[in-house]
Amino acid sequence: MYAQMVKSEGMKSLEEMSPEERAFQERVDRNEKIEPKEWMPEGYRKTLIRQIGQHAHSEIVGQLPEANWITRAPTLERKAILLAKVQDEAGHGLYLYSAAETLGISRDQLTEKLLSGDMKYSSIFNYPTLTWADMGAVGWLVDGAAIMNQVPLQRTSYGPYSRAMIRICKEESFHQRQGYAVMMKMAQGTPEQKEMAQDALNRFWFPALMMFGPSDKDSVHSAQSMAWKIKMNTNDELRQKFVDETVPQAEFLGLTVPDETLRWNEEKGGYDFAEPDWAEFFEVIKGNGPCNEERLGARREAWDNGAWFREGLTAYADKAAARRAASNMAAE
Amino acid sequence: MPSLPDAAMPDAAALAQRAAAEQAHDPHLADVALKPAFFDWLCRMGDNSLILGHRISEWCGHGPALEEDIAQANTALDLIGQTQMWLGLAAEVEDAGRSADDLAYLRDAMKFRNLKLLELPNGDLAVTLMRQFLFDAFHFELLTALCRSSSPRVAEIAAKALKEVSYHLERSSDLVVRLGDGTEESHARMQAALDKVWPYTGEMFAADGVDEAVAKAGIAPELSELLPLWQRTVAQVLSEATLSQPDRDFAAQKGGKQGRHTEHLGYILAEMQFLQRAYPGASW
Repeated sequence: MYAQMVKSEGMKSLEEMSPEERAFQERVDRNEKIEPKEWMPEGYRKTLIRQIGQHAHSEIVGQLPEANWITRAPTLERKAILLAKVQDEAGHGLYLYSAAETLGISRDQLTEKLLSGDMKYSSIFNYPTLTWADMGAVGWLVDGAAIMNQVPLQRTSYGPYSRAMIRICKEESFHQRQGYAVMMKMAQGTPEQKEMAQDALNRFWFPALMMFGPSDKDSVHSAQSMAWKIKMNTNDELRQKFVDETVPQAEFLGLTVPDETLRWNEEKGGYDFAEPDWAEFFEVIKGNGPCNEERLGARREAWDNGAWFREGLTAYADKAAARRAASNMAAE
Repeated sequence: MPSLPDAAMPDAAALAQRAAAEQAHDPHLADVALKPAFFDWLCRMGDNSLILGHRISEWCGHGPALEEDIAQANTALDLIGQTQMWLGLAAEVEDAGRSADDLAYLRDAMKFRNLKLLELPNGDLAVTLMRQFLFDAFHFELLTALCRSSSPRVAEIAAKALKEVSYHLERSSDLVVRLGDGTEESHARMQAALDKVWPYTGEMFAADGVDEAVAKAGIAPELSELLPLWQRTVAQVLSEATLSQPDRDFAAQKGGKQGRHTEHLGYILAEMQFLQRAYPGASW
């Protein structure tokens, strides 16, 4: 879940709505897709821009922790797989920025909001990747947690977002499998490799749980987003589902989930588990996580150092257009 | 196993063996006299794609625009794939029980055979793109000639790589033109990049005993045949880009093909080979 703590506007009952708003809500309730040029409440548009923008930023900033190991990948095959994976994340960013653009905001505007700190990206990418096992843990846990949210979002009410999600989910589920394949190799490898694998799980477990956002009882924005079908499940539902699916996967690897309170609860048909440290989560969101400065710094550097490149291409395109116009004039 | 389906493909090795058995017979693979030169030359091919692929993979996540980030990663991926094929064949020719990964991860700098041009640091994107273009223009002509190689194995790899490299050349020459003829700043940066990397380009055409041996066997073309083709492409693109060919010896910097590198290669290897060196014998 690459969109956390997305603020949405206050919620109205059907009676309080204007006729336009009511007709819109009824379309959403009938599971009709809303398309870019159709009427939509301003709050819906703004919330979607925040959510899709934050998701797009997460894909782009999310390239960095994994790109950190491309030049150190241990075999040619692993290097190719990791490169392809990080490239996919850039592609996801591209679809999502394009989806956001249909709502009337440009990619450059969104980028500037990211770089100025106006818009956020997922807290998870502010944690460092310290060993090769982290390439397994990130694919398995981080992409795994993201999919929990993104699979239901394939049915979201906004057409372009829904279609981007369908494509993204195909790639993300492949990423999760490749991450798990790395973990399997490590967990079945030498004692040092197994130690790296366990250490990666220890470090990424709670940050992965944080990806779903704070508990719903503390989440003020969920109800409106759920009514608009731009949020399909509550944070707690998704977190529970993630834990229930992931614990047996960790057991299969022979690794230990770093939670002493973890117990199967027969009655609810799911695990009881410890909450992540929410104080840490809010610190990371505020910009005080282990890698916030590096991550945003790398994005700013890429943007600033690339200015001459983008301007050069624009200038050439303008000149070429002028030349074409001149030669058309001459031909007439 | 829990909900994730099995990610391993146990029959991949069997599939590869079956495919290898169906490949055309290549008499050069059994030519004992040719072996040292053939092996060395294959390492040159594989090391070129490995080191350039590695260098441009450094851009991943740091590109100036998303499209460019994706294009660079794509190019790096193509080159790493080509490395697997060239070094795989080199390992087969050597027949000493080493794999493509052993060659990539367990040789030291003096055994690397790539052009010095390709190990130069990325610099700004202008240096990266200019290096890419000057190499692509050579790589394209070389692979085109290798499609007619007397070695069917070499010709097959070349045919696959040529499809990718045709696109690399199209992209890099297009960007050189656009940035050369873009703003004053982009023009100045591209010219500075050209001046900087130009002395490293002559090594591509400097034939030694290894090149002569594989040319004599009909495996590879005479490098001197490629020079006018390269010069024509370079002159055409630079002219369209409003850039001037430097007035410097284009062959001042040589030695990479013989294992005498710049200081930069050692750092690339230190990074690239870290895990294989730190955990010998581990499987990844």
